[in-house]
Amino acid sequence: MRLTDAEQAILAGEQGEARRRALAQQIEIGDFFDAEDFVEVAQAHIMADTESLGEAGVAFMEELAALPPDQTRVVIPTITDPRGADFNAYERISHDEAYVALERRADTAFRALGILMTDTCINYQTMMPPVLGEHLAMGDTGVVIYSNSVQGARTNYEGGPSALAAAMTGRTPRYGFHLDQHRRGTARFVLEHRPCNWTEWGALGGMIGRQMGSYFQVPVIDGVTGPAPTSDDLKHFGAALASFGSTALFHMIGVTPEAPDLKTVFDGMPPEPVVFGTGDFESFLGEYGGDDDALDVVVFAAPQLSLLEMQKCADLLRGQQIDPDVAVLIATNPENKNASDRMGLTAAMEDAGAVVLEGVCFYQMHARELGEANGWTQLMTNSAKLTNIIGGYGYKPVLADMERCIASAVAGRVVK
Amino acid sequence: MSAVILKGHAGIGPAASGIALVADDNFSARYDLDRIKGVFSRPAHKLCGENYVGKMLVLNIAKGGVATAWMLHEMASRKMAPAALLLNYANPIIAQGAAFAAFPLIDRFESDITQAIQTGDHVHVDPASGQVTIEKAAG
Repeated sequence: MRLTDAEQAILAGEQGEARRRALAQQIEIGDFFDAEDFVEVAQAHIMADTESLGEAGVAFMEELAALPPDQTRVVIPTITDPRGADFNAYERISHDEAYVALERRADTAFRALGILMTDTCINYQTMMPPVLGEHLAMGDTGVVIYSNSVQGARTNYEGGPSALAAAMTGRTPRYGFHLDQHRRGTARFVLEHRPCNWTEWGALGGMIGRQMGSYFQVPVIDGVTGPAPTSDDLKHFGAALASFGSTALFHMIGVTPEAPDLKTVFDGMPPEPVVFGTGDFESFLGEYGGDDDALDVVVFAAPQLSLLEMQKCADLLRGQQIDPDVAVLIATNPENKNASDRMGLTAAMEDAGAVVLEGVCFYQMHARELGEANGWTQLMTNSAKLTNIIGGYGYKPVLADMERCIASAVAGRVVK
Repeated sequence: MSAVILKGHAGIGPAASGIALVADDNFSARYDLDRIKGVFSRPAHKLCGENYVGKMLVLNIAKGGVATAWMLHEMASRKMAPAALLLNYANPIIAQGAAFAAFPLIDRFESDITQAIQTGDHVHVDPASGQVTIEKAAG
Protein backbone atom coordinates (compact mmCIF):
# COMPACT_ATOMS: atom_id res chain seq x y z
CA MET A 1 0.00 0.00 0.00
CA ARG A 2 1.04 3.57 -0.68
CA LEU A 3 1.49 5.40 2.63
CA THR A 4 1.38 9.14 3.29
CA ASP A 5 3.99 10.84 5.48
CA ALA A 6 1.50 10.80 8.37
CA GLU A 7 0.97 7.05 7.95
CA GLN A 8 4.72 6.40 7.69
CA ALA A 9 5.12 8.27 10.98
CA ILE A 10 2.49 6.12 12.70
CA LEU A 11 4.14 2.98 11.32
CA ALA A 12 7.50 4.19 12.63
CA GLY A 13 5.99 4.25 16.10
CA GLU A 14 6.02 8.02 16.50
CA GLN A 15 2.53 7.89 18.06
CA GLY A 16 3.21 4.88 20.23
CA GLU A 17 3.15 1.12 19.89
CA ALA A 18 -0.64 0.73 20.04
CA ARG A 19 -1.26 3.00 17.04
CA ARG A 20 1.67 1.39 15.17
CA ARG A 21 0.14 -2.04 15.73
CA ALA A 22 -3.30 -0.79 14.63
CA LEU A 23 -1.93 0.60 11.35
CA ALA A 24 0.18 -2.52 10.69
CA GLN A 25 -2.94 -4.65 11.11
CA GLN A 26 -4.84 -2.39 8.72
CA ILE A 27 -2.06 -2.75 6.13
CA GLU A 28 -2.38 -6.55 6.34
CA ILE A 29 -6.10 -6.23 5.60
CA GLY A 30 -5.47 -3.67 2.85
CA ASP A 31 -2.96 -6.01 1.18
CA PHE A 32 -5.42 -8.90 1.43
CA PHE A 33 -7.98 -6.87 -0.56
CA ASP A 34 -5.41 -5.20 -2.86
CA ALA A 35 -6.06 -1.70 -1.46
CA GLU A 36 -3.75 0.91 -2.97
CA ASP A 37 -3.93 3.38 -0.11
CA PHE A 38 -5.90 4.50 2.96
CA VAL A 39 -8.98 6.72 3.11
CA GLU A 40 -9.66 9.00 6.06
CA VAL A 41 -12.93 8.20 7.83
CA ALA A 42 -15.26 10.57 9.68
CA GLN A 43 -16.60 8.15 12.27
CA ALA A 44 -16.14 4.63 13.63
CA HIS A 45 -18.69 2.24 15.15
CA ILE A 46 -17.41 -0.70 17.22
CA MET A 47 -18.92 -4.06 18.12
CA ALA A 48 -18.32 -4.11 21.87
CA ASP A 49 -20.40 -6.94 23.34
CA THR A 50 -18.52 -9.36 25.56
CA GLU A 51 -20.04 -12.42 23.95
CA SER A 52 -17.88 -11.71 20.92
CA LEU A 53 -14.95 -10.09 22.81
CA GLY A 54 -14.74 -12.86 25.41
CA GLU A 55 -12.30 -12.69 28.30
CA ALA A 56 -9.41 -12.41 25.81
CA GLY A 57 -10.93 -9.40 24.04
CA VAL A 58 -11.75 -7.64 27.32
CA ALA A 59 -8.18 -8.22 28.55
CA PHE A 60 -6.90 -6.77 25.27
CA MET A 61 -9.06 -3.66 25.76
CA GLU A 62 -7.89 -3.31 29.38
CA GLU A 63 -4.25 -3.43 28.28
CA LEU A 64 -4.97 -0.59 25.84
CA ALA A 65 -6.87 1.37 28.48
CA ALA A 66 -3.87 1.16 30.83
CA LEU A 67 -1.58 2.95 28.34
CA PRO A 68 -1.16 6.75 28.35
CA PRO A 69 -4.21 8.38 26.67
CA ASP A 70 -2.09 10.10 24.00
CA GLN A 71 -1.19 6.63 22.71
CA THR A 72 -4.68 5.17 22.63
CA ARG A 73 -7.41 7.80 22.65
CA VAL A 74 -9.56 7.61 19.52
CA VAL A 75 -8.92 10.36 16.97
CA ILE A 76 -12.40 10.38 15.36
CA PRO A 77 -15.91 10.22 16.89
CA THR A 78 -16.38 6.56 17.83
CA ILE A 79 -19.60 4.89 18.98
CA THR A 80 -20.59 1.38 20.09
CA ASP A 81 -22.90 -1.38 18.85
CA PRO A 82 -25.38 -3.05 21.28
CA ARG A 83 -23.76 -4.57 24.35
CA GLY A 84 -24.06 -7.92 26.06
CA ALA A 85 -25.93 -6.93 29.23
CA ASP A 86 -28.48 -4.37 30.36
CA PHE A 87 -27.08 -3.16 33.70
CA ASN A 88 -30.54 -2.01 34.82
CA ALA A 89 -32.56 -5.09 33.87
CA TYR A 90 -30.27 -8.15 33.94
CA GLU A 91 -31.76 -9.57 37.13
CA ARG A 92 -35.24 -9.61 35.61
CA ILE A 93 -34.13 -12.06 32.92
CA SER A 94 -31.79 -14.21 35.09
CA HIS A 95 -28.74 -13.02 33.17
CA ASP A 96 -25.62 -14.61 34.68
CA GLU A 97 -23.79 -12.08 36.88
CA ALA A 98 -20.41 -13.33 35.62
CA TYR A 99 -21.32 -12.03 32.15
CA VAL A 100 -22.57 -8.76 33.61
CA ALA A 101 -19.28 -8.32 35.49
CA LEU A 102 -17.30 -8.93 32.28
CA GLU A 103 -19.50 -6.40 30.53
CA ARG A 104 -18.73 -3.79 33.21
CA ARG A 105 -14.99 -4.32 32.72
CA ALA A 106 -15.40 -3.85 28.96
CA ASP A 107 -17.50 -0.72 29.50
CA THR A 108 -14.77 0.84 31.66
CA ALA A 109 -12.04 0.00 29.13
CA PHE A 110 -13.93 1.36 26.11
CA ARG A 111 -14.73 4.60 27.94
CA ALA A 112 -11.04 5.07 28.80
CA LEU A 113 -10.27 5.35 25.09
CA GLY A 114 -12.78 8.18 24.62
CA ILE A 115 -15.38 5.97 22.94
CA LEU A 116 -19.03 7.09 23.22
CA MET A 117 -21.08 4.22 24.65
CA THR A 118 -24.13 4.61 22.42
CA ASP A 119 -24.79 0.83 22.50
CA THR A 120 -26.87 0.89 19.35
CA CYS A 121 -27.27 -0.70 15.92
CA ILE A 122 -29.72 2.03 14.85
CA ASN A 123 -27.41 5.02 15.17
CA TYR A 124 -28.70 6.12 11.74
CA GLN A 125 -32.21 6.50 13.23
CA THR A 126 -31.10 8.01 16.51
CA MET A 127 -27.67 9.64 16.65
CA MET A 128 -26.04 11.25 13.62
CA PRO A 129 -27.17 9.90 10.23
CA PRO A 130 -24.39 9.27 7.68
CA VAL A 131 -24.24 11.54 4.63
CA LEU A 132 -23.98 10.80 0.88
CA GLY A 133 -20.33 10.16 0.01
CA GLU A 134 -19.10 10.18 3.62
CA HIS A 135 -16.37 7.59 4.30
CA LEU A 136 -16.93 5.67 7.54
CA ALA A 137 -15.75 2.60 9.47
CA MET A 138 -18.99 1.02 10.69
CA GLY A 139 -19.05 -2.15 12.75
CA ASP A 140 -22.48 -3.74 12.40
CA THR A 141 -23.81 -5.34 9.24
CA GLY A 142 -27.19 -3.61 9.53
CA VAL A 143 -25.52 -0.24 10.09
CA VAL A 144 -23.19 -0.80 7.15
CA ILE A 145 -25.87 -1.79 4.66
CA TYR A 146 -28.20 1.07 5.72
CA SER A 147 -25.38 3.65 5.64
CA ASN A 148 -24.17 2.51 2.21
CA SER A 149 -27.52 1.90 0.56
CA VAL A 150 -30.10 4.28 2.02
CA GLN A 151 -27.72 7.12 2.84
CA GLY A 152 -25.07 6.69 0.16
CA ALA A 153 -22.19 6.72 2.63
CA ARG A 154 -19.14 4.51 2.07
CA THR A 155 -18.08 1.79 4.48
CA ASN A 156 -17.06 -1.85 4.57
CA TYR A 157 -17.94 -4.27 7.34
CA GLU A 158 -15.50 -3.27 10.08
CA GLY A 159 -15.31 -5.94 12.77
CA GLY A 160 -14.48 -4.89 16.34
CA PRO A 161 -10.66 -4.94 16.16
CA SER A 162 -10.73 -3.28 12.74
CA ALA A 163 -13.17 -0.50 13.69
CA LEU A 164 -11.01 0.09 16.77
CA ALA A 165 -7.91 0.37 14.58
CA ALA A 166 -9.75 2.88 12.36
CA ALA A 167 -10.76 4.85 15.46
CA MET A 168 -7.12 4.99 16.59
CA THR A 169 -5.62 5.90 13.22
CA GLY A 170 -8.49 7.92 11.68
CA ARG A 171 -8.41 5.90 8.45
CA THR A 172 -9.15 2.55 6.85
CA PRO A 173 -7.79 0.72 3.80
CA ARG A 174 -9.50 1.94 0.62
CA TYR A 175 -11.10 -1.20 -0.84
CA GLY A 176 -14.59 -2.59 -1.38
CA PHE A 177 -17.43 -0.12 -0.94
CA HIS A 178 -15.17 2.92 -0.60
CA LEU A 179 -14.52 2.53 -4.35
CA ASP A 180 -16.89 3.48 -7.18
CA GLN A 181 -16.30 0.23 -9.08
CA HIS A 182 -17.63 -1.93 -6.24
CA ARG A 183 -20.85 0.08 -5.93
CA ARG A 184 -22.25 -1.06 -9.31
CA GLY A 185 -25.18 -3.47 -9.42
CA THR A 186 -24.36 -7.16 -10.02
CA ALA A 187 -27.78 -8.86 -9.74
CA ARG A 188 -31.38 -7.77 -10.36
CA PHE A 189 -34.57 -8.62 -8.49
CA VAL A 190 -38.09 -7.52 -9.43
CA LEU A 191 -40.97 -7.39 -6.96
CA GLU A 192 -44.44 -8.45 -8.02
CA HIS A 193 -45.56 -8.35 -4.40
CA ARG A 194 -44.77 -5.34 -2.24
CA PRO A 195 -43.89 -6.38 1.33
CA CYS A 196 -46.74 -5.29 3.61
CA ASN A 197 -45.03 -5.25 7.01
CA TRP A 198 -41.56 -5.30 8.60
CA THR A 199 -41.52 -9.09 8.66
CA GLU A 200 -42.12 -9.30 4.93
CA TRP A 201 -39.44 -6.68 4.26
CA GLY A 202 -37.12 -8.87 6.31
CA ALA A 203 -38.26 -11.96 4.38
CA LEU A 204 -37.39 -10.20 1.12
CA GLY A 205 -33.92 -9.45 2.50
CA GLY A 206 -33.56 -13.10 3.47
CA MET A 207 -34.61 -14.38 0.03
CA ILE A 208 -32.18 -12.08 -1.79
CA GLY A 209 -29.41 -12.66 0.76
CA ARG A 210 -29.53 -16.41 0.22
CA GLN A 211 -28.73 -15.83 -3.46
CA MET A 212 -25.65 -13.70 -2.83
CA GLY A 213 -22.42 -15.51 -3.66
CA SER A 214 -19.89 -13.11 -2.16
CA TYR A 215 -19.48 -9.93 -0.13
CA PHE A 216 -18.84 -7.98 -3.32
CA GLN A 217 -22.22 -8.71 -4.92
CA VAL A 218 -24.63 -5.76 -5.08
CA PRO A 219 -28.32 -6.62 -5.53
CA VAL A 220 -30.59 -4.15 -7.31
CA ILE A 221 -34.29 -4.22 -6.43
CA ASP A 222 -36.79 -2.97 -8.97
CA GLY A 223 -40.58 -2.74 -8.96
CA VAL A 224 -41.13 -1.02 -5.61
CA THR A 225 -44.24 0.98 -6.45
CA GLY A 226 -46.49 3.17 -4.33
CA PRO A 227 -45.28 5.23 -1.39
CA ALA A 228 -41.58 5.13 -0.53
CA PRO A 229 -40.66 2.44 2.00
CA THR A 230 -40.13 3.82 5.51
CA SER A 231 -36.85 3.89 7.40
CA ASP A 232 -38.05 0.90 9.48
CA ASP A 233 -39.05 -1.03 6.32
CA LEU A 234 -35.56 -0.55 4.85
CA LYS A 235 -33.95 -1.26 8.22
CA HIS A 236 -35.57 -4.72 8.40
CA PHE A 237 -34.91 -5.38 4.72
CA GLY A 238 -31.25 -4.37 4.93
CA ALA A 239 -30.56 -6.13 8.23
CA ALA A 240 -31.93 -9.43 6.89
CA LEU A 241 -30.16 -9.05 3.54
CA ALA A 242 -26.87 -8.39 5.32
CA SER A 243 -27.41 -11.29 7.71
CA PHE A 244 -28.44 -13.92 5.15
CA GLY A 245 -26.09 -12.68 2.45
CA SER A 246 -23.15 -10.97 4.13
CA THR A 247 -24.16 -8.14 1.81
CA ALA A 248 -23.05 -4.54 2.39
CA LEU A 249 -24.85 -2.54 -0.32
CA PHE A 250 -28.12 -2.70 -2.26
CA HIS A 251 -29.75 -0.32 -4.66
CA MET A 252 -33.53 0.12 -4.86
CA ILE A 253 -34.61 1.81 -8.06
CA GLY A 254 -36.36 5.12 -7.42
CA VAL A 255 -35.77 4.82 -3.67
CA THR A 256 -32.05 4.86 -2.77
CA PRO A 257 -29.84 7.82 -3.72
CA GLU A 258 -27.45 6.12 -6.13
CA ALA A 259 -30.24 4.35 -8.05
CA PRO A 260 -32.55 6.73 -9.95
CA ASP A 261 -32.92 4.13 -12.76
CA LEU A 262 -31.49 0.82 -14.01
CA LYS A 263 -29.01 2.31 -16.45
CA THR A 264 -27.37 4.33 -13.69
CA VAL A 265 -26.59 1.28 -11.53
CA PHE A 266 -25.59 -1.32 -14.14
CA ASP A 267 -22.71 -1.26 -16.60
CA GLY A 268 -24.35 -2.18 -19.91
CA MET A 269 -27.51 -4.28 -20.16
CA PRO A 270 -29.15 -5.07 -16.80
CA PRO A 271 -29.01 -8.80 -16.03
CA GLU A 272 -32.12 -10.97 -16.31
CA PRO A 273 -34.12 -10.47 -13.12
CA VAL A 274 -35.21 -12.92 -10.45
CA VAL A 275 -38.90 -12.22 -9.81
CA PHE A 276 -40.48 -12.50 -6.35
CA GLY A 277 -44.26 -12.93 -6.04
CA THR A 278 -46.68 -13.64 -3.20
CA GLY A 279 -45.91 -17.36 -3.25
CA ASP A 280 -42.21 -16.77 -2.64
CA PHE A 281 -42.98 -14.76 0.50
CA GLU A 282 -45.38 -17.43 1.75
CA SER A 283 -42.82 -20.11 1.11
CA PHE A 284 -40.04 -18.24 2.97
CA LEU A 285 -42.27 -17.48 5.97
CA GLY A 286 -43.49 -21.10 5.91
CA GLU A 287 -39.94 -22.29 6.59
CA TYR A 288 -40.15 -20.54 9.97
CA GLY A 289 -43.71 -21.59 10.80
CA GLY A 290 -42.83 -23.81 13.76
CA ASP A 291 -43.46 -27.53 14.28
CA ASP A 292 -46.20 -27.02 16.85
CA ASP A 293 -47.75 -24.16 18.84
CA ALA A 294 -45.37 -24.27 21.86
CA LEU A 295 -44.04 -20.85 22.86
CA ASP A 296 -41.47 -19.76 25.49
CA VAL A 297 -40.25 -16.32 24.50
CA VAL A 298 -41.19 -13.53 22.10
CA VAL A 299 -38.35 -11.23 21.05
CA PHE A 300 -38.54 -7.85 19.36
CA ALA A 301 -34.93 -6.93 18.48
CA ALA A 302 -32.33 -7.35 15.73
CA PRO A 303 -32.28 -4.51 14.88
CA GLN A 304 -33.13 -2.53 18.02
CA LEU A 305 -36.56 -0.89 17.81
CA SER A 306 -37.03 2.65 16.57
CA LEU A 307 -39.28 4.95 18.56
CA LEU A 308 -42.07 4.31 16.05
CA GLU A 309 -41.73 0.54 16.47
CA MET A 310 -41.80 1.05 20.23
CA GLN A 311 -45.05 2.98 19.85
CA LYS A 312 -46.64 0.27 17.71
CA CYS A 313 -45.57 -2.42 20.17
CA ALA A 314 -46.95 -0.39 23.08
CA ASP A 315 -50.25 0.17 21.26
CA LEU A 316 -50.62 -3.58 20.66
CA LEU A 317 -49.77 -4.48 24.26
CA ARG A 318 -51.70 -1.72 26.05
CA GLY A 319 -54.41 -3.23 28.22
CA GLN A 320 -53.39 -6.82 27.39
CA GLN A 321 -51.94 -9.42 29.76
CA ILE A 322 -49.11 -11.63 28.51
CA ASP A 323 -49.42 -15.32 29.45
CA PRO A 324 -47.34 -15.90 32.62
CA ASP A 325 -45.45 -18.79 30.97
CA VAL A 326 -44.27 -16.63 28.06
CA ALA A 327 -41.54 -13.96 28.25
CA VAL A 328 -41.66 -10.93 25.96
CA LEU A 329 -38.38 -9.06 25.47
CA ILE A 330 -38.19 -5.73 23.64
CA ALA A 331 -34.73 -4.27 22.91
CA THR A 332 -33.97 -0.69 21.97
CA ASN A 333 -31.14 1.76 22.53
CA PRO A 334 -30.77 4.02 25.60
CA GLU A 335 -32.07 7.10 23.75
CA ASN A 336 -35.28 5.42 22.60
CA LYS A 337 -35.73 3.77 26.00
CA ASN A 338 -35.53 7.17 27.63
CA ALA A 339 -38.01 8.62 25.12
CA SER A 340 -40.33 5.63 25.61
CA ASP A 341 -40.20 6.16 29.37
CA ARG A 342 -41.13 9.84 28.96
CA MET A 343 -43.93 9.09 26.52
CA GLY A 344 -45.54 6.30 28.53
CA LEU A 345 -44.67 3.57 26.02
CA THR A 346 -42.46 1.58 28.40
CA ALA A 347 -45.20 1.55 31.04
CA ALA A 348 -47.77 0.28 28.52
CA MET A 349 -45.47 -2.58 27.51
CA GLU A 350 -44.30 -3.51 30.99
CA ASP A 351 -47.80 -3.29 32.52
CA ALA A 352 -48.73 -6.04 30.06
CA GLY A 353 -45.82 -8.14 31.35
CA ALA A 354 -43.08 -7.39 28.79
CA VAL A 355 -39.48 -6.53 29.68
CA VAL A 356 -38.01 -3.51 27.87
CA LEU A 357 -34.22 -3.79 27.52
CA GLU A 358 -31.86 -0.95 26.63
CA GLY A 359 -28.47 -0.91 24.93
CA VAL A 360 -28.52 -4.62 24.09
CA CYS A 361 -29.66 -6.95 21.37
CA PHE A 362 -30.95 -10.44 22.10
CA TYR A 363 -28.41 -12.48 20.14
CA GLN A 364 -25.48 -10.44 21.50
CA MET A 365 -26.23 -11.22 25.16
CA HIS A 366 -25.22 -14.88 25.57
CA ALA A 367 -28.53 -16.08 24.15
CA ARG A 368 -27.65 -19.76 24.58
CA GLU A 369 -27.00 -19.42 28.32
CA LEU A 370 -29.96 -17.07 28.72
CA GLY A 371 -32.18 -19.71 27.12
CA GLU A 372 -30.83 -22.42 29.41
CA ALA A 373 -31.31 -20.25 32.52
CA ASN A 374 -34.91 -19.46 31.63
CA GLY A 375 -35.97 -22.67 29.87
CA TRP A 376 -36.47 -20.91 26.53
CA THR A 377 -36.37 -22.90 23.29
CA GLN A 378 -39.49 -21.98 21.31
CA LEU A 379 -38.90 -18.40 20.18
CA MET A 380 -41.16 -16.12 18.17
CA THR A 381 -40.05 -12.89 16.52
CA ASN A 382 -40.94 -10.48 13.75
CA SER A 383 -37.26 -10.18 12.78
CA ALA A 384 -36.10 -12.28 9.82
CA LYS A 385 -32.52 -11.48 10.82
CA LEU A 386 -33.01 -13.00 14.27
CA THR A 387 -34.51 -16.20 12.86
CA ASN A 388 -31.37 -16.59 10.72
CA ILE A 389 -29.02 -16.25 13.69
CA ILE A 390 -30.75 -17.84 16.62
CA GLY A 391 -31.04 -21.47 15.44
CA GLY A 392 -27.32 -21.92 16.11
CA TYR A 393 -27.93 -20.89 19.73
CA GLY A 394 -30.33 -23.79 20.33
CA TYR A 395 -33.65 -21.99 19.69
CA LYS A 396 -36.46 -23.01 17.36
CA PRO A 397 -37.61 -19.73 15.82
CA VAL A 398 -41.05 -18.83 14.44
CA LEU A 399 -41.26 -15.76 12.19
CA ALA A 400 -44.48 -13.72 12.19
CA ASP A 401 -45.54 -10.08 12.16
CA MET A 402 -45.68 -8.03 15.36
CA GLU A 403 -49.46 -8.42 15.66
CA ARG A 404 -49.31 -12.22 15.58
CA CYS A 405 -46.29 -12.33 17.92
CA ILE A 406 -48.20 -10.34 20.54
CA ALA A 407 -51.44 -12.27 20.06
CA SER A 408 -49.39 -15.44 20.63
CA ALA A 409 -47.70 -14.05 23.74
CA VAL A 410 -51.12 -13.27 25.20
CA ALA A 411 -52.56 -16.67 24.20
CA GLY A 412 -49.51 -18.54 25.55
CA ARG A 413 -49.06 -20.44 22.28
CA VAL A 414 -48.22 -19.72 18.66
CA VAL A 415 -51.48 -18.60 17.05
CA LYS A 416 -51.95 -18.91 13.30
CA MET B 1 1.60 -40.28 -1.54
CA SER B 2 1.27 -37.56 -4.19
CA ALA B 3 0.83 -33.94 -3.25
CA VAL B 4 -1.39 -31.47 -5.08
CA ILE B 5 -0.58 -27.76 -4.95
CA LEU B 6 -3.28 -25.10 -5.24
CA LYS B 7 -2.81 -21.35 -5.46
CA GLY B 8 -5.00 -18.68 -3.93
CA HIS B 9 -4.61 -14.95 -3.25
CA ALA B 10 -1.89 -14.09 -0.74
CA GLY B 11 -3.47 -14.56 2.67
CA ILE B 12 -3.00 -13.58 6.30
CA GLY B 13 -1.33 -15.25 9.29
CA PRO B 14 1.40 -17.87 9.76
CA ALA B 15 1.88 -21.17 7.92
CA ALA B 16 -0.03 -24.13 9.35
CA SER B 17 -0.62 -27.85 8.75
CA GLY B 18 -3.33 -30.28 9.74
CA ILE B 19 -6.25 -32.48 8.78
CA ALA B 20 -9.02 -30.93 6.67
CA LEU B 21 -12.69 -30.62 7.57
CA VAL B 22 -14.59 -29.70 4.39
CA ALA B 23 -18.12 -28.81 3.32
CA ASP B 24 -19.80 -27.01 0.45
CA ASP B 25 -21.37 -24.60 2.93
CA ASN B 26 -20.58 -21.18 4.36
CA PHE B 27 -19.04 -19.78 7.56
CA SER B 28 -19.86 -17.42 10.41
CA ALA B 29 -18.48 -17.99 13.92
CA ARG B 30 -21.55 -16.48 15.59
CA TYR B 31 -24.22 -18.13 13.46
CA ASP B 32 -22.73 -21.59 12.98
CA LEU B 33 -20.68 -22.57 16.02
CA ASP B 34 -21.07 -23.62 19.63
CA ARG B 35 -17.76 -21.99 20.54
CA ILE B 36 -17.72 -23.45 24.05
CA LYS B 37 -17.99 -27.07 22.89
CA GLY B 38 -16.03 -26.51 19.66
CA VAL B 39 -18.68 -27.95 17.34
CA PHE B 40 -20.85 -26.67 14.51
CA SER B 41 -24.29 -26.04 16.05
CA ARG B 42 -26.45 -24.44 13.35
CA PRO B 43 -28.97 -27.18 12.50
CA ALA B 44 -29.00 -26.36 8.78
CA HIS B 45 -25.18 -26.39 8.44
CA LYS B 46 -23.68 -29.36 6.59
CA LEU B 47 -21.10 -29.78 9.38
CA CYS B 48 -23.64 -29.59 12.24
CA GLY B 49 -22.32 -31.69 15.14
CA GLU B 50 -18.74 -31.84 13.76
CA ASN B 51 -15.83 -30.80 15.97
CA TYR B 52 -13.73 -28.11 14.26
CA VAL B 53 -11.01 -27.54 16.89
CA GLY B 54 -7.52 -27.82 15.37
CA LYS B 55 -8.93 -28.64 11.91
CA MET B 56 -8.03 -27.02 8.60
CA LEU B 57 -11.52 -25.73 7.93
CA VAL B 58 -12.46 -25.57 4.22
CA LEU B 59 -15.74 -23.85 3.31
CA ASN B 60 -17.31 -21.81 0.54
CA ILE B 61 -17.86 -18.16 1.53
CA ALA B 62 -17.96 -15.99 4.65
CA LYS B 63 -21.54 -15.23 5.67
CA GLY B 64 -23.26 -13.45 8.50
CA GLY B 65 -22.18 -10.62 10.74
CA VAL B 66 -19.18 -8.85 12.17
CA ALA B 67 -18.65 -10.87 15.36
CA THR B 68 -16.20 -13.35 13.84
CA ALA B 69 -13.54 -10.61 13.91
CA TRP B 70 -13.41 -10.70 17.73
CA MET B 71 -14.35 -14.38 17.99
CA LEU B 72 -11.34 -15.89 16.16
CA HIS B 73 -9.10 -14.21 18.76
CA GLU B 74 -11.32 -15.36 21.61
CA MET B 75 -11.45 -18.97 20.38
CA ALA B 76 -7.68 -19.04 19.81
CA SER B 77 -7.07 -17.76 23.37
CA ARG B 78 -8.87 -20.87 24.72
CA LYS B 79 -7.20 -23.18 22.17
CA MET B 80 -10.67 -23.89 20.74
CA ALA B 81 -10.12 -22.47 17.24
CA PRO B 82 -9.71 -24.21 13.90
CA ALA B 83 -6.06 -24.40 12.76
CA ALA B 84 -6.70 -22.45 9.55
CA LEU B 85 -9.51 -21.27 7.33
CA LEU B 86 -9.61 -21.81 3.56
CA LEU B 87 -12.54 -20.21 1.75
CA ASN B 88 -13.50 -19.62 -1.85
CA TYR B 89 -14.37 -16.05 -0.83
CA ALA B 90 -13.62 -14.40 2.49
CA ASN B 91 -15.24 -11.13 3.54
CA PRO B 92 -13.59 -8.24 5.40
CA ILE B 93 -14.65 -9.62 8.78
CA ILE B 94 -12.79 -12.89 8.36
CA ALA B 95 -9.72 -11.02 7.09
CA GLN B 96 -9.85 -8.56 10.00
CA GLY B 97 -10.27 -11.39 12.50
CA ALA B 98 -7.35 -13.26 10.98
CA ALA B 99 -5.12 -10.17 11.11
CA PHE B 100 -6.06 -9.49 14.75
CA ALA B 101 -5.57 -13.10 15.89
CA ALA B 102 -2.58 -13.96 13.61
CA PHE B 103 -4.76 -16.74 12.22
CA PRO B 104 -4.00 -18.49 8.89
CA LEU B 105 -6.45 -17.56 6.12
CA ILE B 106 -6.35 -17.95 2.32
CA ASP B 107 -9.14 -17.39 -0.24
CA ARG B 108 -9.74 -16.79 -3.98
CA PHE B 109 -8.32 -20.08 -5.29
CA GLU B 110 -7.92 -21.02 -8.94
CA SER B 111 -10.64 -23.66 -8.50
CA ASP B 112 -13.41 -24.47 -6.01
CA ILE B 113 -11.49 -25.24 -2.81
CA THR B 114 -14.38 -27.22 -1.30
CA GLN B 115 -14.07 -29.68 -4.22
CA ALA B 116 -10.28 -29.77 -4.35
CA ILE B 117 -9.89 -30.83 -0.71
CA GLN B 118 -11.76 -33.63 1.06
CA THR B 119 -12.32 -34.17 4.75
CA GLY B 120 -9.40 -36.16 6.12
CA ASP B 121 -6.81 -34.86 3.65
CA HIS B 122 -3.57 -33.54 5.15
CA VAL B 123 -3.20 -29.87 4.20
CA HIS B 124 -0.33 -27.41 4.53
CA VAL B 125 -1.10 -23.71 4.03
CA ASP B 126 1.38 -20.90 3.42
CA PRO B 127 -0.58 -17.62 3.56
CA ALA B 128 2.43 -15.50 2.53
CA SER B 129 2.49 -17.16 -0.92
CA GLY B 130 -1.20 -18.10 -0.99
CA GLN B 131 -0.17 -21.71 -1.61
CA VAL B 132 -1.92 -24.83 -0.30
CA THR B 133 -0.33 -28.31 -0.44
CA ILE B 134 -2.77 -31.22 -0.26
CA GLU B 135 -1.86 -34.83 0.54
CA LYS B 136 -4.91 -36.94 -0.16
CA ALA B 137 -6.16 -39.23 2.57
CA ALA B 138 -5.50 -42.90 1.91
CA GLY B 139 -8.36 -44.74 0.25
